[in-house]
Order: sequence, then structure tokens, then C-alpha cells
Amino acid sequence: MGLFDQLKQGLRKTTQLLNTDIRDLFKAEGRLVDDAVLEELFESLVKTDMGVQAARQIVDDVGAQFRARVVSMDELIGVIRAKLKELLAQPADPIRFAASGPTVIMVAGVNGCGKTTSIAKLTKMFRDRGLRVVLGAADTFRAAAVEQLGIWASRLDAQLVKGQPGSDPASVAHRTVAKALDDGFDVAIVDTAGRLQTQQGLMQQLAKIHRVLGKQVDGAPHEVLLVLDATTGQNGISQAKHFTDAVQCTGIVLAKLDGTAKGGVVVAIRQQVGLPVKYVGVGEQADDLALFEPDSFVDALFA
Amino acid sequence: MFESLQKSLNSAIRTLRGRGKLTEANMRDGLGLVEQALLEADVSLPVVKDFVTRVADQAVGGKVLKSLDPGQQLIGIVYQELQRLMGPVDHSLHLRADGPSVLMLCGLQGSGKTTTCGKLGRLLHERGRKPMLVAADLQRPAAIHQLQVLGEQLGLPVFADLDAQDPVALCQAAVREAKSGVADVVVLDTAGRLHVDDELMQQLGRIDRRVQPEQVYLVVDAMTGQDAVLSAKAFNEALELDGVIMTKLDGDARGGAALSVKHVTGVPVKFVGTGEHLDALEEFHPDRMASRILGMGDVVSLVEQAQRKFDQDEMAAQEERLRKGEFTLDDFKKLLGQTSKLGPMNKVMSMIPGMGQLSDMMGDVDAEKDMKRLRGIVDSMTPDERRNPSRIIDPSRRRRIAEGAGVQPHEVNELVKQFDGIADIMKKMSSMGMRDRMKAMQEMTQGGMLGPGGRIAKQKKGTGKRLTPQERAKQKKLRDREARQRKREKKQQKRQR
Repeated sequence: MGLFDQLKQGLRKTTQLLNTDIRDLFKAEGRLVDDAVLEELFESLVKTDMGVQAARQIVDDVGAQFRARVVSMDELIGVIRAKLKELLAQPADPIRFAASGPTVIMVAGVNGCGKTTSIAKLTKMFRDRGLRVVLGAADTFRAAAVEQLGIWASRLDAQLVKGQPGSDPASVAHRTVAKALDDGFDVAIVDTAGRLQTQQGLMQQLAKIHRVLGKQVDGAPHEVLLVLDATTGQNGISQAKHFTDAVQCTGIVLAKLDGTAKGGVVVAIRQQVGLPVKYVGVGEQADDLALFEPDSFVDALFA
Repeated sequence: MFESLQKSLNSAIRTLRGRGKLTEANMRDGLGLVEQALLEADVSLPVVKDFVTRVADQAVGGKVLKSLDPGQQLIGIVYQELQRLMGPVDHSLHLRADGPSVLMLCGLQGSGKTTTCGKLGRLLHERGRKPMLVAADLQRPAAIHQLQVLGEQLGLPVFADLDAQDPVALCQAAVREAKSGVADVVVLDTAGRLHVDDELMQQLGRIDRRVQPEQVYLVVDAMTGQDAVLSAKAFNEALELDGVIMTKLDGDARGGAALSVKHVTGVPVKFVGTGEHLDALEEFHPDRMASRILGMGDVVSLVEQAQRKFDQDEMAAQEERLRKGEFTLDDFKKLLGQTSKLGPMNKVMSMIPGMGQLSDMMGDVDAEKDMKRLRGIVDSMTPDERRNPSRIIDPSRRRRIAEGAGVQPHEVNELVKQFDGIADIMKKMSSMGMRDRMKAMQEMTQGGMLGPGGRIAKQKKGTGKRLTPQERAKQKKLRDREARQRKREKKQQKRQR
């Protein structure tokens, strides 16, 4: 099964939901576009979590173009699709590898968003390409976080660097990169403890990890990935803002897209923070990771 | 947590202030803002529609026309509706008197089940129960180990079997074990699952049937968006939930899910998780939450928290000194220390009525750090200087203190000025009754007493006697205009009759 099919399957339920909503509005061949239609359209867009602002913008666009006309469903969907594609437009954006030496990747996010599982999936992807991976268990706070990453490391044949519970995560991060340099690993991925973006002390700790990585290898960390739970609502915007402020995130991994959640908040994030989505997580297995392609993402929504 | 919702609601209601009556027309903008605020707080769309309709239905009509201040009336209606939306809540855990009771936790991946399991265990233990935690999450790597570590930290037994394959059998075995007398409450920590995963949902149903838990709780992440009600509905259909535990409410999530879940499923939020530490589990009170959302403050919770954390004797001693008018920098420092025990400053502020906007004004100022700095400055003073700062501290002393505390000299000055302002208020307040005190507080927050930095400074007051000729002319103009307006209105009323 190709990546695109996988993504499509993950989004199937989402698609059905969004589709039935809009299709319901157009039971006959065409319908007069008036306030009621636009309001219904607005509602079905808001349900995707894309946010009031983005939804309103799309509805206004549709309104300007089609108000007081009888329009077929296809035409309207076409406009919305184009609008969404425009909002999300970006080239496919895989991991950028370091020109030489190990590529250092830092992963951050709020509690329970799926950081460790996403790291496992990234590791699987790298291992499949024959790259050697070392994982740094810099989540020294949560009980058994190190063990959780350790289990994945042994399943995926990657090395693990860990510290004592409660020890300084920056030191674990440092040793991880040191190990990557000494033993010639291709990729070093540093896991961090989940934290809410409003906890200033913890955000400073994250910034420190970021600084430490930068001192060891030129241009490191080469990627700072923010893991975002697809069920997250408008709080995702705040997460993207604060994490980007603290550690200059380079992209989003949108996890848990295999449920009914629509992950529409990435539209709002794209609009307000500009952070692109790099990967999407579409299942619990280690290979359930797909490259984010905005066009397919939008097409899959309306397929 | 609800600041943003609070802000939008406030501005919506402000548009109504000073209007003679509420009509559909003049309320449309206000209600539109309310609608947008709720949607941005992730309240589920059908719930928003329903809420706004209910508020509008009650607000438009005779009931409001009779009232003097329609803005106030609308706040009242919104308050009642918010409360109705979230309540009523029965916090009882319905534990059995005979034999072990079973509490079951379920939810999506990463919602916080295992941490909540630990917190519940702690709560039960505090209430004199003998809880046992059951590691029934056989899915996620190291989930069992995580619960074991939590159990160790709390000194509670954890039932786990590393080789177990079937969570249903494991839960049954745990209950059998509890019956032998090890525990009187069993808390089941089940694996996270998607509500669309039929197989795993059926497995939950099997656990429910075999173990017959007294209470089944759904653990929901406060940051969840529109999807929250979908998953809550699915879990409720599979299991008949008794309550919801909302986690991660300590961030800036607006918790709209809290407003929606009860409305859609009929299952109330019973507890909220407000921090990563194991004592951060609180009962959920819809009335308090409603007043917090509206910026009316949550005084009851604050007092409860204060009673738990303040040193009572210390407080009494300070009160006494205050009454005598001997408020020194030492007392100021102790006050800072006591306040910081309550929790993050912004959180405390938002609980005090009328202070919501103040905590807003402070914005991103790191209050914690600020307090630490202030304490450092006081620590660098001699006892004499602390007793009488504004009289003794000269430039040379100021330099010494600044150096000792690692700050700039002007910061010492700022502290002294601030202290003067506070001491002044304290002295005034100590001679007032409770009612006057509250009033003074309100005047302070509304008046210009607080500078842009949220600082309290001593203020010079005008005698109120002299006005410049321009000012007098301006006032006369205003008076005349109002008189003309009154006349016009009277005429109009007559004409209408």
C-alpha cells in the first residue's frame, strides 16, 4: 500500500463526514446560494476544527462568487478545494538531512500528543532506508517514559541513550549527540518530556536543550518537530506559537489522524503561525507514517 | 484557562451597556461575538447554537424591559445558562460499603488516563480508603511500568501482570485479588483506544460486563476540538459513562469540551486535572466555573485553596500588626511568600473578582520571577531599612542593596515606592469593614490606581475644588447638552402617548 493510499484510508472517515454534510445541502441538481446555504457551509467547515477565521474566509469567498446563483455541488466543492489548497500550499517537505555528519532531530509537544510513538515511526522510516539511528530519552520526568522509548529502540534496532529519572534532560540530549558523533550514527533523535506551552520554566528548559544541541553540531538541531494531536482544537494554534517561539520548530507531525478528528487546525496554524506539516500519523503501527502532501490532503478530504 | 472566552464575552456585553432595553436588533452583534467566542473555545457547534438561542429567548422580552441594567441582566442569563450547560454534578464516587468497589477509566490515547489513575488513587487514599491500581493497558509499551512507578511514589499497591494477554481476564483477576482484603477500591487503567475501533470498544464492553464497575469515567483532554463530543458519544454508547474527568486544564486550553460534553451526552464533568503533580485533581463545580468564565472570580475555590496552603497563625499575626498600622517590608515579603504558595500568580489573580483584567494587564510578565526578585531585594536590606524604607534608604544604601540582590538601583526604588502604596492601602483597609474593603479593592482595579505594569503606586489626589476655566466651560456644555436631551426625550414620550 502506497503512502498516498494509506493517507487516504486514514482520512476516509473524515472525508465521509465532511462529504455527507455538504452533499446534504445539494440534494437536487443545484441550489440557490443564500444566507442559509452559506451558514450551513460555515458549520460544516467549523466542524473540521479549521477555526472560525479560516472557515469564515472560505465562506465569504464562496459567497462573493456564488451568492444568488443556483450552483451545482461540484462547482462549489471545486472552489473550496482550491481555496484550501491555496491556504496549505507548500512543497512536500521531508526531513532535511545534514550535509555531513549526523542529522540531529528534536521532537517536542504537549503531554500525550504522541511524541514517543511518532519518534518510533520516524525511526522505522530511517531504518528502512538503512540509516543508523540513536535515540535520546530526554523525557526524564514522566514515569516510564524512558522504558517506553527503550522498548521501541530494541524493536527497531536503534541505540538508546538515557539518563537517571529526574536528571537534566539537556545532559541526555548532549550525550545523545556525542554518541552519534563518536560512533558515526546517521541520525540522532531527541525525545523531550511533554509540556504545556504555558509552563514557562519548562519551555525554558526546552530552549536550553535546543541550545545545547546547537553547540555540538553546526546547524543542529536540523529539524525541530512539533507533534500535534489531530483531535486538538483551537489550542493547537497556541501550541504552535509558543513552541515555535521557544525552539524555532521547523514542522509539524500531525498524529492520530486515523480517528474521526479532522486535524483542520493545521489550516489555522498555517494561516497564523506559518508552520508547515511534514508528516501525518495514521495508525498505531511503526510504519503508519506518511509524508504530508497538501494537495492529496485536500483531495482526500473531498475525494 | 478561559481568559479568552471571558474577554470576548465581556466585550460582547459591554456593547449592551447603557442601552435602554434589549431587542433582537441590538443584541445581534453581542450574541454574534458570544457565538464566535464559544466556537474559538472549541465548544461544539450544535451546543453553541443551542446556547445562543436559549440566551436570546430569555433575554428578549418583558423580563428584561423591567430591569434597570440590561447588560447585568444578560450576564445573569448567560451565567445561569452556563451553569445549566455544565451541571448539576454529583461528585460522590458511589463506593460500596460491602466488598471492593471498582472504578474504571477509559479514553483516547494520550488523554491522561494513567496519570489520572494515580491521582484518583491518591484522592481515595486521602479519604481513608485502600485503593489498588490495576495496569490493564497491555497495548502501549511501558504503560504497566509507568503505573508501577506511580504506585511506588504514592505507596499504593499496583496489580500488574507483564505476561497478560487479555485485559478482561486481568481485570477480573484484580477484583478477585481485592476481595481477599488487599484493597477496598480498585481503579482500572485501561488502554487508550479510538472510538471507531470496534474490536477494542467491544473489549471495553466485555470488561464492563464481567467486572461490573461502580463508576465508569471517560478521561478527556481539555484541548480537544470539535471531535470531543463525537468520541464522548461513542464511549457513552459502548459503556454508559458515569462521569468525565477533564485533564490538562492548567494550560491555556479554553476547555470548550467541558461545556459541550454534558450537553451532548448528559454525562457531567466530575473532576478536573490541573497539573502534572499527583495532587492536582479537583472536583468540578459548574457554578464556580461559570463565574470564572464570566470574570466574576472563583472566590470559594480561592478560599479553599488558601485555607489549605496558608499558614493560619502567620496570617493572624499579620492581621494583628496590620491593625496596629505596623506594616513593614518584612510583612510584605511574607505576604509574597504566602501568595506564591497558592500557585501561579496569573491563576490566583483570575480567581479574584474584578482582577481578571488585571492579570490580563500583566500579560506575559513572569510574575513568579518578579516575586523572587522582590524577595531578593528585601533580603538584602538591614532590619532597620525594612522597617522604614522610604526614610532611611539613601543613594548609597540603595546601591548596596541593589548589588546584594543583583538588580539595578532603580528597581530598589520601585519596590520602595510600591511598598509605600501598598502599606498605605493596608493601613486604610485595616480600619474598614469587609464590605468597605471589597469596595476599595474594586475602586482600585477600576480607577487609575494601577499603572500599566499592574503596579500599585501611591497617588496624589486633587482637592476637587479648583478647575481651570476651560474645564468649567466644558462641564457646563456637557450639562446643557444632557438637559436638552432629557427635554427631547420627554417631548417624544408625550407624543407617543
